[in-house]
Amino acid sequence: MSFKDVLKPFTAWKNLAIEPVSIKKPLERQAAPRYRGFHKNNLEKCIGCGTCEEICQNAAIDMVPLDGIETKEGDSGLRPMIDYGRCCWCALCVDVCTTNSLTMSNHFTWVDTNADNFRFIPGAENKPWDNEELGYKKPENYELNNPYRVEMVEIEPEQRDKSFLEIVKGFSKEQAIKEADRCIECGLCIATCPAHMGIPAYIAAVRNDDMEEGLRVLYETNPLPEICGRVCTHKCESVCAMQHKGDALSIRWLKRYIADQVPAEKYKEILETENIKKNDKKIAIIGAGPAGLSAAYYLALLGYNVKIFEALSGPGGMTRYGIPEYRLPYDQIDKDVDYIKSLGVEFQFNTRIGKDITLDKLHEDFDAVFAGTGLHLGRSTRIDGSNHEKCYQAVDLLRDVADGKSINVEKKIVVIGGGNVAMDIARTLARLQNQKYGKVQLIITSLESEDIMPADLEEIVESREEKIIIEPAWGPKKIKIEDGKIKGLHVIKCLSVFDEEGRFNPKFDENKKEFFEADMVVEAIGQGMDLSYFSEEMQSRLEMTDRHKVKVDNNCQSSIPWLFVGGDIVAGPDVISAIADGHRAARGIDNFLSQK
Amino acid sequence: MTDINKHRDKFPQKNPDGTNIIDLKSGKFIKVWQGPNHPGITGNMSLELTIQGDEIMECKTHVGYLHRGFEKLMERRRFIQCLPICVRIAVPEPDFNEYCLTSTVEELAGLKIPDAAKWMRTLLLEMSRLQSFLMWIGGQAGAFGLGIIGQWSNYVRDLVLDRFEEITGGRIYHMHMIPGGVRGLTPDGFEKRMEETLQEIEKVMKDIETTMFNNSIFKKRSIGLGYIDPSMVFEYGVTGPNARAAGIPKDVRKDYPYLKYNELDFDVITGKNSDAFTRADIRRKEIHLSIDLIRQMMVKMPKSGDYMAKVPNVLHWKIPKGETYVRAECTRGEFGYHTVTDGSGYPRRINVRGPSYTHAVALMEKLAIDVNIADTAGLMVSLHTYPPEIER
Repeated sequence: MSFKDVLKPFTAWKNLAIEPVSIKKPLERQAAPRYRGFHKNNLEKCIGCGTCEEICQNAAIDMVPLDGIETKEGDSGLRPMIDYGRCCWCALCVDVCTTNSLTMSNHFTWVDTNADNFRFIPGAENKPWDNEELGYKKPENYELNNPYRVEMVEIEPEQRDKSFLEIVKGFSKEQAIKEADRCIECGLCIATCPAHMGIPAYIAAVRNDDMEEGLRVLYETNPLPEICGRVCTHKCESVCAMQHKGDALSIRWLKRYIADQVPAEKYKEILETENIKKNDKKIAIIGAGPAGLSAAYYLALLGYNVKIFEALSGPGGMTRYGIPEYRLPYDQIDKDVDYIKSLGVEFQFNTRIGKDITLDKLHEDFDAVFAGTGLHLGRSTRIDGSNHEKCYQAVDLLRDVADGKSINVEKKIVVIGGGNVAMDIARTLARLQNQKYGKVQLIITSLESEDIMPADLEEIVESREEKIIIEPAWGPKKIKIEDGKIKGLHVIKCLSVFDEEGRFNPKFDENKKEFFEADMVVEAIGQGMDLSYFSEEMQSRLEMTDRHKVKVDNNCQSSIPWLFVGGDIVAGPDVISAIADGHRAARGIDNFLSQK
Repeated sequence: MTDINKHRDKFPQKNPDGTNIIDLKSGKFIKVWQGPNHPGITGNMSLELTIQGDEIMECKTHVGYLHRGFEKLMERRRFIQCLPICVRIAVPEPDFNEYCLTSTVEELAGLKIPDAAKWMRTLLLEMSRLQSFLMWIGGQAGAFGLGIIGQWSNYVRDLVLDRFEEITGGRIYHMHMIPGGVRGLTPDGFEKRMEETLQEIEKVMKDIETTMFNNSIFKKRSIGLGYIDPSMVFEYGVTGPNARAAGIPKDVRKDYPYLKYNELDFDVITGKNSDAFTRADIRRKEIHLSIDLIRQMMVKMPKSGDYMAKVPNVLHWKIPKGETYVRAECTRGEFGYHTVTDGSGYPRRINVRGPSYTHAVALMEKLAIDVNIADTAGLMVSLHTYPPEIER
């Protein structure tokens, strides 16, 4: 210590002459561009998935309904409300937001006399920072989840184009768990699924590698998991919140994974269906398709004696007779059906109602009847030449293939139609062509241009891989017939399929023509229902909807009280709606009979 | 005038082992309660002092005023959700909690983080050290009556917080480190603004050195105060500048290099006298070292590239069963997280090793003996402790 040490501190006085460094107007201070200030939410973009609520460790976020925002498919109708008394501004909610709708402004001052006001209520009132450009946003190349799905392994086109081997190989355990991990459990899929399956719950079971729990969840709402796990129209995936980040979850394949993992002989033990107490009521079911099987399963669980009458020789309905084996192997249908059979459900095949037994007779012998007869009548284009013997209906051909009948495939084929049935028959015939001639000469032509073709994208891609040529946006004009033999199909350019009001009203350009050579034409432009098993008197009593489907109430009860109807003749066409109908009808029949 | 030192050598009377004889019934002792709003600490903590005259005969430390149960709370949170909690364990220096938590998760999950993220984390940790020292220097000076130093140092500390705000979007709780990497790299033009800040700090430090370290009052009160014997360093688990002031070169950055510290050029700063003044001097040098390290990083750091590894869904992220201890050199010494996981999505147990625990609870009881009651605040600040990390 020295004398200097006494004097030196006085140099601090020099600061008296310096301008103060404190900020004069702190409320006007502009925060940094990345500042984590008050929240902003783009209400149009937000789908109310609630991931922000899920990650908030302070429980500051509540999902609330909002005036002007309706619940719809893929949107819960809820929006986040943030309590600023709890929020810690960590911005994890912004990071996990699936749609990137939730961001932050760089505002940090809010003066109010009422402490209860300090909440972010979406759309409730305008705030000065609502349109603030600056503020924290989820950085690029930064994800707290895996946005992309685990690719499903398929058999190579060279290996599959001659055989009916199943194309999709299914997930391995590691793949399934990795895919299941991506689920954010928002539940938007549950609302959209016609059967309201517990999708996040069975995905959680995959994640936890608990297949028994997974199977229990599946069978709560869907007794055909092997079928549905392969050919479901997966509406759930179209609303999956993760599609906004990257890919939707492979929900269908995860369902298949669970069903594939559990051996059939363990079903009864896992699902606790070994000792069902039977009652003395009898139910007849017309059609062993998904709707009928689903109704039979849930009725059997309730103790009813169920008998299914099927016109064809095997169970499965359209899933067996409309879907080729390479998409849905028959043994997988049998696995689902055999379990239902093991619960005491009787099957009577090759029995057509209306021909072999009348509906009235069924009404006499049984306490209630459920009809799920599906759409088995092919629609025709009714163009010139469509009544030729070599012009087939896709559904008829598919049925023959499933029945094991031999089909006389020709060298050159044209398939008319742009839906999945068109792809199914084309790919089936292409395999047969390959087997018979060693090469594929098959054209699919549809009214729709490729962007609006109703077939699944993967079907289009795989068809091309199997050397099928797709010619979209052509309208069939005439089948050219020479010497009693089909020579090809004349088509004209289709400009648009739907009019401005969205109705089917195709417009053509007659000057733009094309000719596709063919020895055989297949029409796959849609199917209709066959209600000829109803007597005239009954048909007059049966109410129909404006869309020419059978009108039923919420329990699938038709205007004839003892008759319950479901499946493609009510909604759809698709397998999961049919399964949902079957479940609803089972409940409806149970209510109906218990009130009797 | 009464000679106050007339009987100085008779009191306090000592036991054979050197400890003070305390007889409360004799009327020669007073019990004084200091705290919990104690001027010697950034938070709440109390000292139960037995004094004779104005000297402390016995000191008992009392904590528990700030307990918020963070460690227990984290056992009920997913790993990602622990992040907003853990930063609150050391309020003035939260980044070390972020680092320990994220690197624990990465280590147990076997996740490699990109190089740019490592540089970014090193920068954040070093900036955090810098601002924490600047905050401390104000407290140390204030405890000895030099109020102006705190105002100067807080001004430059605010500039560092501005730089934090630019990078992370937050001033105090940055939460910029995320299991797998960081939330972003430095914004455009950051180097220039950082350099301006560092120059401003150097300017203010010059003034602080003149008015504080060349100040007879400060010297008189701090030299010889709170002597930590080198043998106590290992006995009490003393780390950081407190240990280095005793001449023991303990520095996690050198001993167990983490992140990018092994690519930076620096020496461990040690002292000899192990008293409050030496500790203050070491921390002053540490400020200059931090400035130097930040300058080195500004040159070496990548300005672009990946900063986040691919992580699974953080909402379901299960960390494999395991146990690890992750440590880093914070301003107070070795800061570590001892974590045990059971294979679920939640930590089974996280134990935070905060240096303040040893320094403020055990060491303080020992050092306070025979200290003048007016110097307790200065002594406590010279140990540089933050109560939230004592009470996790």
